[in-house]
Amino acid sequence: MHVENLTLAYGADAPVVTGLTLEVPAGRLTAIVGPNGSGKSTLLRGMSRLMPPQSGHVLLDGEDIHKLPARELARRLGVLPQGPVTPEGITAAELVSRGRHPHRGLFGRLTSDDDSAIDEALAAVELTELRDRPVDQLSGGQRQRVWIAMVLAQGTAHLLLDEPTTYLDLAHAVDVMNVVHAAAHTSGRTVVVVLHDLTLAAQYADHLVVMGAGAIAAQGRPADVLTSGLLDEVFGLQATVVEVGGAPVVVPDRRLAG
Amino acid sequence: MSSPARRTVFLVVLIVILALVFVASLAFGSRWLGPGALWHALTANDGSDPDVIIRSLRAPRTIVAVLIGLCLGVAGALMQGHTRNALAEPGIFGVSAGAAFAVVLGLQLGVVESVGETVWVALAGALLATYGVQRLASRGSGATPVGLALTGAAVAALLGAMTSAIVLLDSTTLDSYRFWAVGSVAGRGLDVAGQVLPFAVIGLALAAFNARDLDLLALGEDVAAGLGLSIPRARLIGLGAIGLLTAAGVAACGPIGFLGLLSGHVARQVFGSRNTWLIPGAGLVGASAMVLADLVGRLIGGAGEVQAGVVLGIVGAPLFVLVVRRRAVVL
Amino acid sequence: MKSRTVVLSLLFAALAVAVALLSLSIGTSKVPIADVIDVLLGGGRRGQRLIVLDLRLPRVATGLLVGIAFAVSGALLQTLSRNALASPDIVGVNSGASAGAVAVIVLAGSGGGNISGFAGQVGIPLAAVLGGLLATVVVGALSIQRGQVDGGRVVLIGVGIAAAANSLVAWMLVIGDVNDAGRAAAWLAGSLNSREWSDAVPVLIAVVVLLPVAIMFNRDLSAMVLGDDVASSLGVRVARIRLLLLIVATVLAAMATAAAGPIAFVALVAPQVALRLTRMERPPLVTTALLGAVFVVLADLLARNGLGWLHFGPYELPVGVLTAAAGAPYLLHLIGRQQKGR
Repeated sequence: MHVENLTLAYGADAPVVTGLTLEVPAGRLTAIVGPNGSGKSTLLRGMSRLMPPQSGHVLLDGEDIHKLPARELARRLGVLPQGPVTPEGITAAELVSRGRHPHRGLFGRLTSDDDSAIDEALAAVELTELRDRPVDQLSGGQRQRVWIAMVLAQGTAHLLLDEPTTYLDLAHAVDVMNVVHAAAHTSGRTVVVVLHDLTLAAQYADHLVVMGAGAIAAQGRPADVLTSGLLDEVFGLQATVVEVGGAPVVVPDRRLAG
Repeated sequence: MSSPARRTVFLVVLIVILALVFVASLAFGSRWLGPGALWHALTANDGSDPDVIIRSLRAPRTIVAVLIGLCLGVAGALMQGHTRNALAEPGIFGVSAGAAFAVVLGLQLGVVESVGETVWVALAGALLATYGVQRLASRGSGATPVGLALTGAAVAALLGAMTSAIVLLDSTTLDSYRFWAVGSVAGRGLDVAGQVLPFAVIGLALAAFNARDLDLLALGEDVAAGLGLSIPRARLIGLGAIGLLTAAGVAACGPIGFLGLLSGHVARQVFGSRNTWLIPGAGLVGASAMVLADLVGRLIGGAGEVQAGVVLGIVGAPLFVLVVRRRAVVL
Repeated sequence: MKSRTVVLSLLFAALAVAVALLSLSIGTSKVPIADVIDVLLGGGRRGQRLIVLDLRLPRVATGLLVGIAFAVSGALLQTLSRNALASPDIVGVNSGASAGAVAVIVLAGSGGGNISGFAGQVGIPLAAVLGGLLATVVVGALSIQRGQVDGGRVVLIGVGIAAAANSLVAWMLVIGDVNDAGRAAAWLAGSLNSREWSDAVPVLIAVVVLLPVAIMFNRDLSAMVLGDDVASSLGVRVARIRLLLLIVATVLAAMATAAAGPIAFVALVAPQVALRLTRMERPPLVTTALLGAVFVVLADLLARNGLGWLHFGPYELPVGVLTAAAGAPYLLHLIGRQQKGR
């Protein structure tokens, strides 16, 4: 996946992302981090065609995503935006089955291919046991994994996830990230995930993209990118970066009262 | 809330109920006609009184009631799905108001004289209103649920105002209009059913096609787009279906309010939020409710009869309230 | 309050005064604005006093008050239910009142056009209030579950009751004489024709008592917009206040309907317009009230004289026809602008 000189704006407002170029490493987990309002979610929307670009291109295997038919694109690129709506009373398996939409015919019923994709997706997020439970009765972490299973069931080689760990406690966030990591490293997908937790991003990402003010401030291996100088420059955060198990961990400098 | 097996059972039960009220609608009336008479009318039809009553009076209006109930029920469910608004209803959406305005204008200009002629005028009015609401609601960045609902309400109010202006200045038009506006299948024959049938069939086909799209839209527009759904096209097909179905209903029977709202909610209660089941379910509920309302109106009216639209409002409302009381009201 | 809201409120207050003066001045016999002010201050010629004080002032006053009552009622219901479609037009209050009034017109009507004096003077308003309140009580009683009143449920149940009442109205129109039906249809459209002080006073009392009550809970409403849980944690007694304000909203609408018929669209559109103009997160009560007043009186001015100005004959249209015809396109315009800006 390749982003070429992309500029994104809401209506006539000033651009949120300006002239951004990015090469997404194939079959790897890329995390996009950045301060609030830096345009990281907007970039993801631009990369997934949820938002038309003002200028520039997003290329998927060399083809402009805006020139592909919608269903064709949906068979190659899966996206989980923020704030999906869970219909009342829908079961986990049923929600996941909707991810098969791009593969079905006009009035087509679910085929055995569909069924196995759904089973695999539920197994990948370790929710096979809860498949017939209504999603609105699941915990927050489980619910988020059901949604990820839905995009996994879509069976795409590329996956874009917008802040999948928001509102989750650390244990559930780690569950979700394990699933996301496996999607890249076990199944060979190209995964791009927007995250707000720097340490979590650094722990899991193969490639880390740090955004600031609508442009890429730094990118590369997490250990190379995440330095206290960068944190100060982009986030305005005074922090020490230590290394644990080969990945950087951000420890904010405290300013204790008294 | 329900497994496929249970949903199938529910669907069968709804079909059985429809069959029962259909037969009851043939049998009951100012004069009770037993199974023997029904069988005779179906097989022999030698022109005896009961044969004539059943074949040329009761059967046609019952068939019209089934057809129109089906249309309005499906339209209601579609509308609630597209607007994600529990209040969405053809009556609030400008469609009925468009038909009513066209009919009044037709009566006033002398274009329309009989019920048969109202069909075409009402149809044109309803379709124009739907088209107008769709165009107005999708200015800018496309039709949002709230935008659709508000636009529909605004257009309905505007058309309603023009309708009352005409009606109030001309008592002859008022006299015809009030009988049309109450909503009834009395005196509707198979010719009326035939006139609206093409629109009903196309509308129902579009609705069937739209059900799966609605399932995706229910996950949020971004998710639906990510799954490869063309949102403008899905909305357009949905509104087309709503327009055609409501137009068929209003054209044949007058503006029968509330049926779409009632059917959508009852079906949601039974089938949950899966539109591929919910939408046909709402059609069946609508058909049964319409036949039943007409039947009750004939029975309680004595010499005259109470119009189906009135019965639906008065009897259907408490039923609807019961449904609403039992469930959470978030769509 | 944001300064934008204050400025708009002042603007609408000035507009209300201006439109009211215009409405007192314009009519089949014109009274210059200066003379109108003179009359209002106690001067003026006898003929002018008769026209302004006895014929036009009650009508204009009723219009102003009814506008305030409908607008505030709509603002409250829309805020409480978080549903832009929730207005007394839709949730049953106006329909109940209409059923009451039409019952008097049609069932007590003589068919010749005039209904018996007593029923005409007292019957319609009283029946309307009773009908509106009955609908409210039924909706309220059915909406309470385990001591809780859910805003969304109130709206849905209201729609059900409204449908029932509307069906009754349609049926009564069919069984009645065509002249009675015409009279009923005019009333149903919402009209300020020949309103007297006896029409204005009950609405005045309702507005004077209930508007301050609503404004008193302004701060709580702001908290409730953030959701019931947040509001509760901020110390708002959500259930109790919601019930109280629902009652306030319905009584206002019922009284207004009794005075002028169910004038279409004021309760729906005034809050939405005020909301968009002030760019607040919910319809501001005072701005909405003033906007409603301007809206109704201006519409009545046009309804009274419009057809005459167009040389269409001496017909008066009911004000409700105008409020809908004017309000609907404006609401459409606002929705369109908002969607473009998104």
